[in-house]
Amino acid sequence: MNIRSFFYSIKQGFVNIFRNKGFSMASIATIGACLFLLGVFYCVVANVENMVKNVQKGVSVTVFFDQGITEDRINEIQALIDKRPEVDHSDYISADAAWEDFKDEYLGEYADGFTENPLADSSSINIFMKDVSKQPELVTYLEAVSGIRTVNRSEVTATTLTGVNGFVAYISAAIIIILLSVSIFLISNTVATGISVRKEEIAIMKYIGATDYFVRAPFVIEGMIIGAVGAAIPDIIIYFLYNKVIKYFEMEYQTLDDLLVFLSVHDIFRYYLPVSLIIGVGIGFLGSTITVRRHIKV
Amino acid sequence: MSEETRRGRARGNKKAKLRLNPNGDIITLENVSKSYSTGAPALNGVDLHIKKGEFVFIIGDSGSGKSTMIKLLLRELTATKGKVTVMGENLSKLRRRKVPKYRRSLGIVFQDFRLLKDRNVYENVAFAQRIIQTPIKEIKRNVPAVLSVVGLAGKYKALPRELSGGEQQRVAIARALINRPAILLADEPTGNLDPDTTWEIMKLLEKINENGTTILMVTHNREIVDTMKKRVVTMKKGVIISDEERGGYSYEY
Repeated sequence: MNIRSFFYSIKQGFVNIFRNKGFSMASIATIGACLFLLGVFYCVVANVENMVKNVQKGVSVTVFFDQGITEDRINEIQALIDKRPEVDHSDYISADAAWEDFKDEYLGEYADGFTENPLADSSSINIFMKDVSKQPELVTYLEAVSGIRTVNRSEVTATTLTGVNGFVAYISAAIIIILLSVSIFLISNTVATGISVRKEEIAIMKYIGATDYFVRAPFVIEGMIIGAVGAAIPDIIIYFLYNKVIKYFEMEYQTLDDLLVFLSVHDIFRYYLPVSLIIGVGIGFLGSTITVRRHIKV
Repeated sequence: MSEETRRGRARGNKKAKLRLNPNGDIITLENVSKSYSTGAPALNGVDLHIKKGEFVFIIGDSGSGKSTMIKLLLRELTATKGKVTVMGENLSKLRRRKVPKYRRSLGIVFQDFRLLKDRNVYENVAFAQRIIQTPIKEIKRNVPAVLSVVGLAGKYKALPRELSGGEQQRVAIARALINRPAILLADEPTGNLDPDTTWEIMKLLEKINENGTTILMVTHNREIVDTMKKRVVTMKKGVIISDEERGGYSYEY
């Protein structure tokens, strides 16, 4: 196909869409709805994943020690902790360091009134994990270690987040697959209608020597344009909606400030934009190619 | 520029050279039969030789095999038996993907014109050149030229529905001619036209024939056949029952 035929086919592809407005709109709407849902699910999954990562980066477990424990025993315990495969690293915070931090953070100049360290028994080890999902095992292990008074786990259990995320991903995959099948079916119908409307024209083309390619190309391009437009609409909607939704969550759930770390719209679009366009155009191509092969026997 | 070169260029076809058999035949049917799955054969052992530049009428009643013959020549169907050769091409052996290229070397005119209804006269004629990827510059030169040959130079913007039957058939003829085919197949081209218009079209076809295009025309019009004194091939029930030079419709079949 040369460049002239290429532009001719594109032009005819648009002509087909306008001739078949109703069906074209239905197809665009279905693909649009499908990719919109894909976008929403992607935003949720990507953000939750991001939050899980953030949680993992933070302190997962803190252990406090029995009163009067020796420095040696603390060192032994830290060595035990560091040997655990799920542990990334741990920090020992002595009672003095804990008091200094506390003073700096909350008391400032009023701290002068204290002559002794009120947090004398508050030395602790902060544990950072490689894999937060193993947190319960670690906690069980630590509780059995002698010399440890309390084990505090982080407030947010990352495992729950991971679980929820997995669930959302499965449900969304199922819904998206169903919607994609519906889209292919609808595009296929749209193109089939276009072909039946233009049956006579196709026959004429064939009589005067048009190649299969020349006859079929406009219909395939029609499908691809429908797919591309169907993808572009939810892309635009999500682009403008995303920031508003994030702002809403941040305002409504200020208490969860530490947890709710959202990705920027650009982070989301780095993957979602190309994926949605490829899926849209791909569905259009697939739906129309199947139909054209079935209905135009040149 | 020679006629052959001009043909080649206008067609955008590198193999524009006309291939004829040693007898100078442009169309040959040798013992050709065509059977459909049900009923009697539509063609039964037909032999026909048409020379380059001839004007041949094919006549016969419904079911005589005329349409089947046209379909074989268009390579819409292939013969069940025998050999159909057009311009040196054995149509039974012509690969499916080469059919479009073969059809471009024919001009085809139908009784019902078969124009693209949503496109104007210019676009309908230009379409035949677009599909063979003729450069736009050449299309812009060729379309007005061929429209003036068929007497429609002033109506290039009109849509088919704005034209009379005769004018629509002229557009169809212009479309058939624009790629300068060696053969023009006309399937009852005057079937839908009034007598005056019929003669206009016949004069046009005669002029095209005088310029060297071989014409094979299927018709039911007794007056045309009797008046034009061309070769007449009469068919009945799938066989040729007469083939006369300068014949007429007088044969009672």
